[in-house]
Amino acid sequence: MEKLTSIDSFHALQGRLLADRDPTIPTIVISAGTCGQASGANDLIRAAKRELLSRELTDRIHLRITGCQGFCEAEPSVLIEPRGTFYPKVGPGEMVGIIEAVARGEVLENLLFVDPHTGTPVEKQTEISFYKKQVRTILARNEKVDPIRVYDYVENGGYSALARVLASGDPSRVVEEVKASGLRGRGGAGFPTGLKWELLAKQRNGQGKFLVCNGDEGDPGAYMDRSVLEGNPHSIIEGMLIGGFATGANKGVFYVRNEYPLAIKHLTIALRQSRGLGLLGDNILGTGFSFDLKLVRGAGAFVCGEETALIRSIEGKMGEPRQRPPFPVEKGIDGKPTAINNVETWANIPVIINDGGARFAKIGTKRNTGTKIFSLVGKIKHTGLVEVPMGITIEEIVNDIGGGPVGRARIKAVQTGGPSGGCIPANRFDLPVDYDSLTEAGSIMGSGGMIVMDDSTCMVDVAKYFMNFLKGESCGKCFTCRKGTQRMYELLEDISQGKGTLERLSLLEELALVVKDSSMCGLGQTASNPVLSTLRYFRDEYVAHIEHRRCPGGVCRDLVTYSINEDCNGCGACAKQCPAEAISGTLKERHVIDSVKCTKCGNCRTVCQYDAVQVV
Amino acid sequence: MITLAINRLPVAVEEGETLLEAARFLGFPIPTLCHMDGLSPYGACRLCVVEIGEGPKARLVSSCTYPAQEGLKVRTASARVLRARKMILELLLASCPQSKIIQDLASAHRVSQQRFRQEHEDCILCGLCVRMCEQQMMAKAIGFRGRGETRSIGTPFDMKSEQCRLCGGCIYVCPACQLRCTYTEPDKAICGGCANLSPPCVEKEQFDDMMCYMNPCVACEIEKD
Repeated sequence: MEKLTSIDSFHALQGRLLADRDPTIPTIVISAGTCGQASGANDLIRAAKRELLSRELTDRIHLRITGCQGFCEAEPSVLIEPRGTFYPKVGPGEMVGIIEAVARGEVLENLLFVDPHTGTPVEKQTEISFYKKQVRTILARNEKVDPIRVYDYVENGGYSALARVLASGDPSRVVEEVKASGLRGRGGAGFPTGLKWELLAKQRNGQGKFLVCNGDEGDPGAYMDRSVLEGNPHSIIEGMLIGGFATGANKGVFYVRNEYPLAIKHLTIALRQSRGLGLLGDNILGTGFSFDLKLVRGAGAFVCGEETALIRSIEGKMGEPRQRPPFPVEKGIDGKPTAINNVETWANIPVIINDGGARFAKIGTKRNTGTKIFSLVGKIKHTGLVEVPMGITIEEIVNDIGGGPVGRARIKAVQTGGPSGGCIPANRFDLPVDYDSLTEAGSIMGSGGMIVMDDSTCMVDVAKYFMNFLKGESCGKCFTCRKGTQRMYELLEDISQGKGTLERLSLLEELALVVKDSSMCGLGQTASNPVLSTLRYFRDEYVAHIEHRRCPGGVCRDLVTYSINEDCNGCGACAKQCPAEAISGTLKERHVIDSVKCTKCGNCRTVCQYDAVQVV
Repeated sequence: MITLAINRLPVAVEEGETLLEAARFLGFPIPTLCHMDGLSPYGACRLCVVEIGEGPKARLVSSCTYPAQEGLKVRTASARVLRARKMILELLLASCPQSKIIQDLASAHRVSQQRFRQEHEDCILCGLCVRMCEQQMMAKAIGFRGRGETRSIGTPFDMKSEQCRLCGGCIYVCPACQLRCTYTEPDKAICGGCANLSPPCVEKEQFDDMMCYMNPCVACEIEKD
């Protein structure tokens, strides 16, 4: 790899790469993030490589292995460029057929994605309902680059934004541009990024400012940062380089949780490559600007996503938040000024520099600009990562992009913002998704988890689940957060076991408010949100548990009984699955569940194809 | 000097002073458990919360860690503060009812019962002992381990610490007191196993020479009679 010593040599390299590229050659793009690999993308890659080599097609058909393309439900998926054909859930045996079809320039109709509403196959990725309403500024780049090849990134316009700001030589203009874009921190709190940079740039102490990329994504069911780290690490490096230039910082830290091995691998490779190209280190592109990055792996504590705890963790101390002020931008790592931004924020920076802040500000709404990636999971047809402009309604995300509920169920709420977030009921789905509206509705944007719940979800159980998570992940420093989460869990458990009383419910509410009020860091201050927001919108479910000893969602084991109704045709599938041997009956006749033996595991309900197992 | 208002009373303090120090200078009482002069502020017990800011931006902060800021308006005993303090005391009583210090604080705030499931814990994890050991005894023999509900205080890997001189400073500062210094060798520790909040030996002249392994802890008193 040649070391680039000037901005001109960078442009020369980019020009050479573009000249070598023939965009008409069909390329098979295999989505192979952690999720893709888990669902079998590695087998597809092996099959594709074998076929292309044995048929000597490597010159005529290219293969690109990329990070996550977002449509989890369809993994492992294959995209054929430049035509845009999308094949979902490809089996390893089907790869041969796909390659043959690509060689002939045809499309395999039978493997295409079938729209669940119309029942017709859809060929192009962009026309699939899941992708149609998305604005994929960040995620679409995942498909274009192989994360372990820096030339792929450069070829697609990568590092041009860096070259541009270095050529202009004016750090304050970069800050102005970011301010004009209106970008707000994607980690959840939504602090304006430009303002943070301006504060950092103003700090004296020139030799020793830090930039941090917060990749400690710990919310259950959220994985957008992982997919960007895995799929396009260079875009984050570029963002941080631009940030370094703008704020006068010359050291950067990637804080990535150790549970993301592929992200760490790709980042390590990317750092080595950009250092090799002379894009990282001393005297970058001969401009005299120096910036270096190191990777620090998080040891698995959720609280280390909180910025002051994260700083302590980077320093090698126990991950424990401290009082702000002083804010990290004044006193951060080793007492030096530090700006911490989320992965997605950094990935947005090159886009802002390339397109201009004004154009970025046009996407979304006035005070909430740009796009945001959500991980849409739960009881919904199309799960996956969706990137949408801010201000889109929950309705559009859930029904248009997500494809609505699975089967005959009815969606009743969406939980946003991870364990510290809250639930938003279906009758408020016209709410625009942005920082301010979600906070007003009693939830938070958070880093972007979105868990869809239908009528088979019990809201008391949801609150209990999150409280269980929080009582284990609270750092334990503040007494209110540590003991408060434990006590809230205790009260919720009582309610879910039918031992609750209305007095205890008001005690729960009282406690939740105090925990929210008197804890030090963001974790403690939002730890009550699961309780408060479910109480706000689903108090009737709590009351049903307490007064009627009934769980409307059919989840809380102590309050439900399983029975088989007249829809049963006696297939016997449930009896075979029952681990407690509680189901009896003769073939082709209605079966019966012995409620004494029944352990309420729910196996029978899962296997029954006739909806004959009832939970009351 | 920084000028701020505490309960509408103006006060000027040195830069770097905390709200707690400013309030105490004016004579406003703020209860604390994890705070001690001579040890760095930590902000763990949350009893010292005060209300700052106004309108929708008003919020509670721990006065022992929050630095005095120019123009800040502080309320040390607003309804919101008292509500939080009472709940914290109720939680403390529910976990650690045997502590005299906690009982006294609760009674001073008219908290006479607690509504949670009763526990009997030895430690409220205020961290006084950890800071005492590190900052005054220069030993760093004990520290925090784990997080959330499994957080505890002890020596690394629960092995006898070479740093510990059995000074007993940790027990002396403990508001909930039990077994702090006993770690793996209770028989060699001072006052090991004592549930008494202020062991009598601490008051004795020959305390420094004491290597007490009597059982029960107050055995020295019993023998004297």
